[in-house]
Amino acid sequence: MNAPPNLDTLDRRLINVLQGGFPLVDEPYAAVASWLGIEEAEIIRRIDAMLQSGILSRFGPLFNSERIGGAVTLAALIVPEERFDEVAERVNAHPEVAHNYARDHELNMWFVIATETPGQIDEVIAGIEAETGLQVFNFPKEKEFFIGLRLEA
Amino acid sequence: MEQAPQAVIIDDIDRQIIAATQDGLPLVPRPYEEIANSLGLPAGAVKDRLNSMLDQGVIRRIGAIPNHYRLGYTANGMSVWDVDDRLVDEIGEMVGALDYVSHCYKRPRAMPRWPYNLFAMVHGKTTEIVENKVAAIRELVGEASRSDDILYSTRILKKTGLRLSERTT
Repeated sequence: MNAPPNLDTLDRRLINVLQGGFPLVDEPYAAVASWLGIEEAEIIRRIDAMLQSGILSRFGPLFNSERIGGAVTLAALIVPEERFDEVAERVNAHPEVAHNYARDHELNMWFVIATETPGQIDEVIAGIEAETGLQVFNFPKEKEFFIGLRLEA
Repeated sequence: MEQAPQAVIIDDIDRQIIAATQDGLPLVPRPYEEIANSLGLPAGAVKDRLNSMLDQGVIRRIGAIPNHYRLGYTANGMSVWDVDDRLVDEIGEMVGALDYVSHCYKRPRAMPRWPYNLFAMVHGKTTEIVENKVAAIRELVGEASRSDDILYSTRILKKTGLRLSERTT
């Protein structure tokens, strides 16, 4: 595990500002710079540094693939402990499986399936059930309540 | 499932813009113009199209995704709640608005094994902090939730971004 990075107050304010709407103007970094009262070049340098160090995993437009016909779901399995690695391998082999986490619960494997059409979600689930002999619990989102992580600046 | 709004039809130029920005915005003073130049589009076209994709919900927002682990938020708890169906929308709004909840979703139950219909990701620097935050949620939610649990991730088995393929329609 990496040690927590040293972020100054400005970095924290910048992370909070960047999680909201980055401006769609010709010179957006200059706009953010004027909000925070610093130079445009300093904003660019800090974003670059935080991307390089992995503090930010991404910076740019965040697409909602569901709006253009794609589908996403959260699914889970109850995997017998002795089969865990084998089942993880089979699940991960599906390119539609984006994330997969082991979690401490009877439902002990949780993964996100993302496809270009809703029908493909069912195909992936059927495939995983056939390959593993396990029942897939499907938890499609019915509603999203999202704000984001706010850092204390 | 949530009544899906009619899917938005995007054209090849939108797809090219999505593909060109999937790895991020250029870190130059005029980033939208730079993308337009690289795609052979008029200077203002990328800004205009991103704006219209924002309006249509094709883009959620333009911004940064912080890496919780690298920020030191290494305890990652999926808190799950069995909330009265009549109150779940209201409670979801309230829980989703908390600073320390990064994602909050209403999802179906899977009885008898899974009574929970509200999922809220809580990040903290230690599991103790996560427990305290979940206790604060419990207080806020009160009797609207019949039971709850926290599932900690014990291992990342796979992590790739959600990517849109670069195919054209």
